[in-house]
Amino acid sequence: MSFELNDLDKRFGDFQALQGVSLSVKPGEFIALLGPSGSGKTTLLRILAGLEFPDRGTVEHEGHDWLALPARKRGVGLVFQHYALFRHLTVFENVAFGLRIKPWRSRPSRAEIATTVAQLLKRVQLDGMGERYPGQLSGGQRQRVALARALAVNPTLLLLDEPFGALDAQVRANLRRWLRHLHEELGLTTVFVTHDQEEALELADRVVVMNKGRIEQIGTPEEIYQQPATPFAFEFIGRSNRLEGKVAKGVLALGGTPFDTESLEGVDDGPAQVYVRPEHLALAPAQVEGGWHGRIAHVFLAGSIANLELEITGLAQPLLAEMGGEEVLRRGLRAGSVVTIQPRVLTAFPIDRTDGRPSAKLRRVLHPRYSQASVARLR
Amino acid sequence: MNAIAAHASPVVRPRRRTGLRWLLIGTSVAFLLLFLVLPLAAVFVEAARKGAGLYLAAITEPDAIEAIKLTLLVAAIAVPLNLVFGVAAAWAVTRHEFPGKTALTALIDLPFSVSPVVSGLIYVLLFGAQGLLGPWLAEHGIRIIFAVPGLVLATVFITLPFVARELIPLMQTQGSDEEEAALVLGASGWQMFRKVTLPNIRWALLYGVLLCNARAMGEFGAVSVVSGHIRGLTNTMPLHIEILYNEYDYVGAFAVASLLALLALVTLAVKRFVEWRYGDELGHGAARH
Repeated sequence: MSFELNDLDKRFGDFQALQGVSLSVKPGEFIALLGPSGSGKTTLLRILAGLEFPDRGTVEHEGHDWLALPARKRGVGLVFQHYALFRHLTVFENVAFGLRIKPWRSRPSRAEIATTVAQLLKRVQLDGMGERYPGQLSGGQRQRVALARALAVNPTLLLLDEPFGALDAQVRANLRRWLRHLHEELGLTTVFVTHDQEEALELADRVVVMNKGRIEQIGTPEEIYQQPATPFAFEFIGRSNRLEGKVAKGVLALGGTPFDTESLEGVDDGPAQVYVRPEHLALAPAQVEGGWHGRIAHVFLAGSIANLELEITGLAQPLLAEMGGEEVLRRGLRAGSVVTIQPRVLTAFPIDRTDGRPSAKLRRVLHPRYSQASVARLR
Repeated sequence: MNAIAAHASPVVRPRRRTGLRWLLIGTSVAFLLLFLVLPLAAVFVEAARKGAGLYLAAITEPDAIEAIKLTLLVAAIAVPLNLVFGVAAAWAVTRHEFPGKTALTALIDLPFSVSPVVSGLIYVLLFGAQGLLGPWLAEHGIRIIFAVPGLVLATVFITLPFVARELIPLMQTQGSDEEEAALVLGASGWQMFRKVTLPNIRWALLYGVLLCNARAMGEFGAVSVVSGHIRGLTNTMPLHIEILYNEYDYVGAFAVASLLALLALVTLAVKRFVEWRYGDELGHGAARH
């Protein structure tokens, strides 16, 4: 049941919705399309469903031209962001819809339809709700009816458009874990669209990060979070500090402080855009050698974690650091404390001279080294 | 009036504002009574003035029967045509992007903004003896002006916006998600329309058809221009009423008029019922009329 998407372009008037998008979906995979609004993720989903057609490019399904099939022949299950339940039909009739409209030769009997629908409603934990109308259900219940309706036709591919977008946080968290279990139980191939990174990272086998109609990165949730491939991916996923760095003679300097890192071979001298995650900043409550010197401007205790705002000599903007709330208290870190800050992981995107932009191709993940003595002080 | 007002809402509202409220209500009610209810009642009173016998005679007289038949015939052709056109136009406007879409939307409203007399004249200019297509039509023995086809054409033109105008705002609010869901579930275009689109718009559609029908039967101006006022042949009910009135046959005129007024009342009643029962499904369309 694999799908090969090849070099898809789609334009709506002046708006380039997709540009050179290629992706392969393996059977049984759970894939998240993650990106801000206007990134093309929904367009991509609609192309898979047959509701939109690309201007260029191909989609193959087990070697066959998927785009040659009209939407109604694709056997896809699609769940809309706003459910799109048939408001004039009961829950039962909504779920039965896909079965009832089959040509009579392939249509199951009345009794078979009733059994299938009852099973599906049970599966989505809505047994006994068959006689209600969509208007009488809560958001979470409607979403599950939409899912049951999509599953009724035994889809080869399940597509979900912002499936939890309109639900409140509590329902959302429950429903998405439930969905993941369902995906595994039924062995479905699922593609879902979301702008919520937490949802994508928690649910998906692979995450496709999209921006302005292009794919920025494809990878496992871990890869996406730990090794963002582009500046966009870094800024969009998780929290990060962005710094202007300078490479001179193979050494990276940030705010005037040089860092002893892996070799920067192949990187010309010049500016670089550098990112560091808040949890990758280690702090020592004194001035020690290595790293930046500065002071804590604010401590924001947010439950189990604490966010620290750091002012650093030589850096224009304050940095954000994150650590356990308990640790902050134990080590006596408070606003005004003088500290040494040692970044553990730095990701550098050297500026490409030809277009003046940070280059994803030249990306370097760097692990600065510090003297033994100074590292000890940070524990 | 102030005393009554103060009594009606003793605590919450200040006296002055309550007075104003009753003044406004009083004015509107008086206005409605004077300009709507009274004339309508007068129609029925006038029709029945000389007794039931004369009333019945007036509406069963051959020319009156012919006028009623013709009116029903014209409506029976014009309303279904505009029903199909209205659904098709609303579909095109709300579900597709195409060049000239704004122009089409504006054009649909044209019959509302053009004087009915002008609408009639357009057809005379096109199909009349001296008109653009007149000689060709005469050669082939086809009569449009001063004949039934002309009446139908003029009525179709006048009543064209009703159904479309009722459906467009509703279909815009509803969006196409449900239709797309049906397609993805395997529905053909026709199945989608019959099982999803139509049930969603049915009450607005009925509402539009009612208004369209009331206007089709009641239209005077445009029909008058193309009719030629041939008794028993091209006289619809409104035209027949005018002729009777001009001949000082007040009982006859008011008797036939009472039929049209009755039609209006029935339309209004059904419309109110639909609004009351299915107000949600009418969407924004209901608020405009």
